Amino acid sequence: MEKEIAGKMIKVNDEGYLTDFSQWTQEVGAAIAEENNIVMTPRHWEVIAYLQNEHKNNVALSIRKIGKSDVLDIKEFYQLFPQGPLKTSTKIAGIPKPASCI
Amino acid sequence: MSEYNGEIRKMMIILSKATLENVYAAFVLANGARMEGIEAEIFFTFFGLEAIHKKKLEHLHIATVGNPAMHMPTMLGGLPGMESLATMMMKKEMEKIDMPDVHEFLDIMVASGVKLWACKLAMDMFHYEKEDMYDEIGGIITVGDFYKQGSGIGTHMLFI
Repeated sequence: MEKEIAGKMIKVNDEGYLTDFSQWTQEVGAAIAEENNIVMTPRHWEVIAYLQNEHKNNVALSIRKIGKSDVLDIKEFYQLFPQGPLKTSTKIAGIPKPASCI
Repeated sequence: MSEYNGEIRKMMIILSKATLENVYAAFVLANGARMEGIEAEIFFTFFGLEAIHKKKLEHLHIATVGNPAMHMPTMLGGLPGMESLATMMMKKEMEKIDMPDVHEFLDIMVASGVKLWACKLAMDMFHYEKEDMYDEIGGIITVGDFYKQGSGIGTHMLFI
């Protein structure tokens, strides 16, 4: 399905995750963040860039992996994205929702 | 009129057992709740206290006796070393699927905002002191305190 995000028609799945990363722009990310009540800061964008890069390298994302990264720790991840950090951040980043339980 | 539409907002999990499979079930459920933006708290009681006991938490075993899913005769499961062997095999499998060990899992849960409570009655019964327990527990509380923690709309309680 398509949804209007930041003035553009964007392909998303039924949960609102982008299905075509090439359509992602920072404006699109910012609009999704706003929908999820997140006010983006430069630090948020750093984390988003890190997640996008991990996804590009086919790394399966999990809370444990975030904790082991040298980019941020789990506590900060929850501070930046309080309502389900992995779920929210990947939606903003335009990448698929991780199917991780940990 | 309440706008509450039935979603789960808080999971209150009571862990009463120290077998590895039960401990992991509680931890995965609590951590999984936080990952979905749901609050989570665990009340460790009776043998469940071993999962937060500093000297014991690294040495939890799975049950080979009285566990039909092990698919081994009960007599065999009772042989010396059998639980250790089964536990070692399970830990190896868990590492493969990126499952943290008990101590790391506790750290992950605390960082994720899961509240951990030790049951006062069980602490007294086993003669455990606060210093014996994992440092980041929220405190030693009574059943009544735990119920109070769970007050509010959308709270679910789970006994393991």
